[in-house]
Amino acid sequence: MSEPATNLENLVAEAVGTASAASSSALNDDSAVAVNSQLNRPLYQSRIKVQPKLVHGTFRRIKWLVMALTLSVYYVTPFIRWNRGPGMPDQAVLLDFPARRFYFFFLEIWPQEFYYVTGLLILAALGLFLATSVAGRVWCGYTCPQTVWTDLFVFVERLFEGDRSARIRLDKEGWSVGKLARKVGKHAVWLLIAILTGGAWVFYFADAPTLAMQMVTFSAPMTAYIFVGLFTATTYTLGGIAREQVCIYMCPWPRIQGAMFDEESLLVSYKDDRGEKRGPHKKGTSWEGRGDCIDCGQCVAACPMGIDIRDGMQLECIQCALCIDACDEIMDKVGRPRGLIGYDTLNNHDRRKAGEPLRFRIIRPRTIVYAAALLIVAAIMVVALASRETLQLAVLRDRNPLFVTLSDGSIRNGYGIKIINKDTAAHVFHVTIEGLEGARLAGLSADEVNPTEIAIGPDALKNVRFYVSLPKDRLSALDHGLAELNFVVTDETGRHTVRETTFRGPDQ
Amino acid sequence: MSTQKHTDEISGVETTGHEWDGIRELNNPLPKWWIYTFYVCILWSLVYWVIFPAWPYLSSGGWKHTAGSYGYTQRGEVSAELQKVAEGRAVFMKQIDAMPIEDIAKNDSLMEVALAGGKATFADNCAPCHGSGAAGGNGFPNLNDDDWLWGGKLADIQTTLTHGIRWEADADTRQNMMPRFLDDKMLTREQINDVAEYVLSLSNKADDAAAATRGSEVFAANCVSCHGADAKGNQELGAPNLTDAIWLYGGDKATIVTTLSHGRGGVMPAWGARLPGSTIKELALYVHSLGGGK
Ligand code: SF4
Ligand code: SF4
Repeated sequence: MSEPATNLENLVAEAVGTASAASSSALNDDSAVAVNSQLNRPLYQSRIKVQPKLVHGTFRRIKWLVMALTLSVYYVTPFIRWNRGPGMPDQAVLLDFPARRFYFFFLEIWPQEFYYVTGLLILAALGLFLATSVAGRVWCGYTCPQTVWTDLFVFVERLFEGDRSARIRLDKEGWSVGKLARKVGKHAVWLLIAILTGGAWVFYFADAPTLAMQMVTFSAPMTAYIFVGLFTATTYTLGGIAREQVCIYMCPWPRIQGAMFDEESLLVSYKDDRGEKRGPHKKGTSWEGRGDCIDCGQCVAACPMGIDIRDGMQLECIQCALCIDACDEIMDKVGRPRGLIGYDTLNNHDRRKAGEPLRFRIIRPRTIVYAAALLIVAAIMVVALASRETLQLAVLRDRNPLFVTLSDGSIRNGYGIKIINKDTAAHVFHVTIEGLEGARLAGLSADEVNPTEIAIGPDALKNVRFYVSLPKDRLSALDHGLAELNFVVTDETGRHTVRETTFRGPDQ
Repeated sequence: MSTQKHTDEISGVETTGHEWDGIRELNNPLPKWWIYTFYVCILWSLVYWVIFPAWPYLSSGGWKHTAGSYGYTQRGEVSAELQKVAEGRAVFMKQIDAMPIEDIAKNDSLMEVALAGGKATFADNCAPCHGSGAAGGNGFPNLNDDDWLWGGKLADIQTTLTHGIRWEADADTRQNMMPRFLDDKMLTREQINDVAEYVLSLSNKADDAAAATRGSEVFAANCVSCHGADAKGNQELGAPNLTDAIWLYGGDKATIVTTLSHGRGGVMPAWGARLPGSTIKELALYVHSLGGGK
């Protein structure tokens, strides 16, 4: 990939005054106008393809790293195993819809515990707010799947069609075998990535190795193929074709972010106080009376959103920081200090103008509030998870009839009891009552050997009916026809739980 | 809409003329792919009109609508689903039909079906008299308790359900009669009072020991043939146990006197003529499961 470097050389050559006439045509390709400029907007806008140029530097390196990390998390996670004992799925992260369970490493969430997932989502939202108030749209710029996959698709595009200027030239060119081969190759690899993306998604919903085998032998369930197809289509369209259109027109986050950051948030900005007045610079001429921006357009060429950072803060800017790398490269070449484009705050912009020292106020009311909320929710989650019960008991007393008088004059109440065994082993649960002297517990059917011993398998629940009767001579224990009664369930390991309920009889 | 064009000072973009609290909407161009998406949706609606019932029209028979190419209706969808349910149930109903009722009770999966079916049938047919919780009422037995007039075994309940009680149209109906001792001049008012005292004494509620003693003789002469010498009743004859805590019409003295004087004879329909045998079995199993079954 020597071509982009050559182009850059040409640019800098121009800037330092050694440009030849032959190389200046390459420069024209690169010094593009911002695609999404405010000028000349028609009623309906055709999309002009954004052709981001490869840059080298700190932020590009960070972005490659983040891409490698997020993609591996996405593809590898479903294949991580986690031993939960016999009869239980051994997939670390699994959304088991048929069995209505969500497994996340040591966690196993039942549908009625969905608030744990709500808690996770709240944590994610607060984390997003905090990050945005500190450093703007870092989520958008580095970790958003739309950004990561688009970056990956552009990488593939560059492999087949070369860097920005080569791609622009190729698109202008007439059709040839070479062009066709490049285009077909690119789309084929895109499609492959899209299929793999959709394919990985379904692995979160079934046993990944099994499903992977089924997928390749064409014996997987139809829904799996349908979802792979769906996610293939969306990945290909959004990452390969729509790209910046998703961020600009579909995503709500750019609209919300305005409320998240303030004058002290670190935002990728062009320091106009330093850069202006901009203009081409010939080597050897003085930097006096002019700005550092040599108007080379490298920041625009690098921008995946097709905007000009020098127009100021814009809705389209995803804060990917690639223009920082682009400009730093130029500043190095022309021998000016780096950071003409860099992470800056609105207040520092004003402080610089006023000649005051710069200040970075990461800790300020806004970030403190977000951080505190984050910590509180996280603490609640930890406490809730630590005190999660693996044995639960629900007792529902019959209300129709409230009670039944038996022939010997005793009073009987019926109870529906639900025992939930969230343990990964089977247990035998012993049901007893306490709190009402003389009351007798009986199972539904008389011929059952031991109706108060209930065997429940791992990770399962059972509904059982019980009758409690109070002899006639003990009816005085009722106060206004009411007495308190506790159901106690104990398993063979001593794990036990108590649920309060009432016993009803005639109001005498 | 304002007639005057307004251009936003900062962005240089024309505004739509909509203004809220000084905030104006910029008239930025819509991306073309968006408008194409809109056209595709319009095209899709045309397809929808053809495939699904869509357009109303007036014909000689009143308002009609286009049927759509597959003749789809929601009603049709529901009846197809009901049909499927019935087919699914038929497998179990056949087994329930063929099996003796005691064996069904021992089969967990059949029991599940039977209890669910019995519950629904009970709500439709029995709840009006016995109550939705089967707790009964004055003259209508509580089916939750352990006291049975005609027997609380599965087979007894099945027979009662099939043939009813004092249901004239059924030759095998359960038949008995509490005589009208006063109306038919079989006993005097005093004798009735004495017997009532005696019956109360069986559950230690008598006030007048002398009357109760006199009543015991009247009881021996008139009542033991049905209720038995120990007054514990006889399920063969449908005669209630007079010593327990459960009274169909009430266990106070006035009610007992009324019962003795004018007789009793409640009626239960013979469901065998109205419900299939398998449904009756389900119903019997359900009633038996309410807690009092023997
Ligand atoms: S302006 Fe800079 S930070 Fe913003 S999207 Fe473009 S390259 Fe990224
Ligand atoms: S800001 Fe930097 S990269 Fe952009 S035109 Fe000026 S010198 Fe070039």
